[in-house]
Amino acid sequence: MADYRLRIRRFSPESGEAPHWQEYEVDLDGHRSVLDGILQVKDREDGSIGIRCSCRAAICGSCGVRINGRPNLACHTHLDKAAETATDGVITVEPMGNMPVLKDLIVDMDAVHWKKIQRVTPWLLPDGPEPEREYIVPPESMIDVTQTMACIQCGACVSDCLSMEVDPLFVGPAALAKAYRFVGDPRDGQQFERLKDLAEDPHGIYDCTHCFNCIEACPKGVAPMSQIMRLRRVANADHHIEDRNNGHRHERAFVRNIERNGWLHEADLLPDSYGGKFHPRAVPELARSLPAILKALQRGKVTPQKALLHPHKAPDDVKRIYKHVHEKRERFELNLYVVGKEDEDAGPPDGVAAGAGASSAHGSSAGHTPAERSPNQ
Amino acid sequence: MKVAYWPGCVSRGFTPELHGSMAKVAPLLDIELVELDRAACCGAGVIAEHNQELADSLNARTFALAQQVSGAELMMNICSTCQGAQNECQERLDANTPYREHVNEVLAAENLRYERGLTNKHFLWLMVEEIGLETIAAKVTRPLTDLRVGPFYGCYIVRPTERLGIDREHPRDTYLHQLIEALGGTVVDYAGQYKCCGFPIITMHRENSLKQAGRHLGDAIDADADCLVTPCPLCHLNLDLQQPLAEKVIGRQLGMPVLHLPQLVGLALGLDPKELGLTKHVVKPTTVIDWSTSVVAGVSS
Repeated sequence: MADYRLRIRRFSPESGEAPHWQEYEVDLDGHRSVLDGILQVKDREDGSIGIRCSCRAAICGSCGVRINGRPNLACHTHLDKAAETATDGVITVEPMGNMPVLKDLIVDMDAVHWKKIQRVTPWLLPDGPEPEREYIVPPESMIDVTQTMACIQCGACVSDCLSMEVDPLFVGPAALAKAYRFVGDPRDGQQFERLKDLAEDPHGIYDCTHCFNCIEACPKGVAPMSQIMRLRRVANADHHIEDRNNGHRHERAFVRNIERNGWLHEADLLPDSYGGKFHPRAVPELARSLPAILKALQRGKVTPQKALLHPHKAPDDVKRIYKHVHEKRERFELNLYVVGKEDEDAGPPDGVAAGAGASSAHGSSAGHTPAERSPNQ
Repeated sequence: MKVAYWPGCVSRGFTPELHGSMAKVAPLLDIELVELDRAACCGAGVIAEHNQELADSLNARTFALAQQVSGAELMMNICSTCQGAQNECQERLDANTPYREHVNEVLAAENLRYERGLTNKHFLWLMVEEIGLETIAAKVTRPLTDLRVGPFYGCYIVRPTERLGIDREHPRDTYLHQLIEALGGTVVDYAGQYKCCGFPIITMHRENSLKQAGRHLGDAIDADADCLVTPCPLCHLNLDLQQPLAEKVIGRQLGMPVLHLPQLVGLALGLDPKELGLTKHVVKPTTVIDWSTSVVAGVSS
């Protein structure tokens, strides 16, 4: 009896037939990979199955597929683990999403993924005269971009991006993570231009819907969504880029709303996200939302009194926390990808607090927490 | 059980029926709610986007307030977004002692201090893990027989799985399914159940935001759901409040009622639909409720 069963999504454009599922038996140990399984089937049963692969060691990023509905590298998924998450015991393998299928498990990475990577100018654009020898970069700056550099361009995040699902023009998680790799590089001289471009693009950094699918999908821990949030943070706090998509305005409106009220006062947030109740930009937006607002009033979800007078005000210590954080010279960001987690039972690891070289090099007031490079506010 | 209760902002703002229905349902499940009325917004990811330390400090303050509630077994919330945003901050605070101390310094002025290891559970998790579905099923007086319910989880409560403690022992991404069944209803699986409602980009890319909401509602209709249930009030805003606008964007009539989690539980426990605030929805849950007799659809009284 076979050890595992695979259900593979087959499609050959030249056949004229619709895609269909086909089942195969695999005779391998559970610690072997799904890719090994597919290659055995190719070898023994059906050489026509199309799959891209090369290194078989989760380095080259070629064999991205969906296994039991979730994107991963076929070479990075054990057969036994995959069988556990299969709903009926049969491991399903299908091509990644959001990209056209060329054949079976092979998608058109050129048409989508690579085109989007090119969109963010994925090379260094240094400023000023070239140094006589090499560029000198402080180690902490490179640590800051390490997480994005771990990307192996497999396309798993692109496959399951929910913004791209409704907006194929969205620049997307892989390309935006790549953008942070250069925005965060001190040798690059075009930080403002890069951010301005991606903030103003309606399909840029503000088109990410914060669904965490890319974080879940990435086999390398790049956390593309977190990189997109860092792009937004730098665009707003360091460059004050007022974009046409209301990204900056919305963030500012939200942050100030909580500083004032402690809880979110939604009736203010909407107009403030467009620049304020009476701003020319807000008027058409509010008019478009009017049917929803009227319905909410009609149903008693919101009372005019509650909408106009927010009864709750932020406690003083909330305002004090805001002041305390905003007055700091530097922003702090604790990146667990870089510093790792303490052992649950033991205390902090010896001597480090923030570990991994990212610590006190900043000379920050906290000393032990890794800070972002950029000054606060 | 006594819990330090964080209702979140939206449940006291544009979805008051959520906070209200939770208050009605809690005593029936022997939950004593001690409301954290001094706590501040979790930041919903936006404050963290602006400044991570600010979001971590505000949430550490909330956690510290929860830890001060004497006799409370844990902290409970009723919003997927609060759960996810607070988990993210808690992960950092718990992972690094010097960082936690650094944040605690600013809380010290109010005699607050966050100690590592707070348990913070959404009402959904609490029902399954603390109360138990069997206990809840035994309390059902009006089973949701023949009611076809589509679960809509909300991103923040299902991803990332590792941070949210979702594993084989805690299959939290199936709890809504399990609960609907425990209440006597029929689970309807549909394409959008784990997807994003689109709310976070409603002010930045309105069309894409409403396209997401509309598409999932349409998928649920195609799967013959009578209604959706969501543990997230922000999802509720996009799926219910904005549903008429989503209809225009996707060019399809929808009319899919969306219930808050405590409302669905309350119905099964015999509470009056009006008491649960079901009249406050933009899409009236007429497929769920027979308004003349207040009996759940398909159930003989």
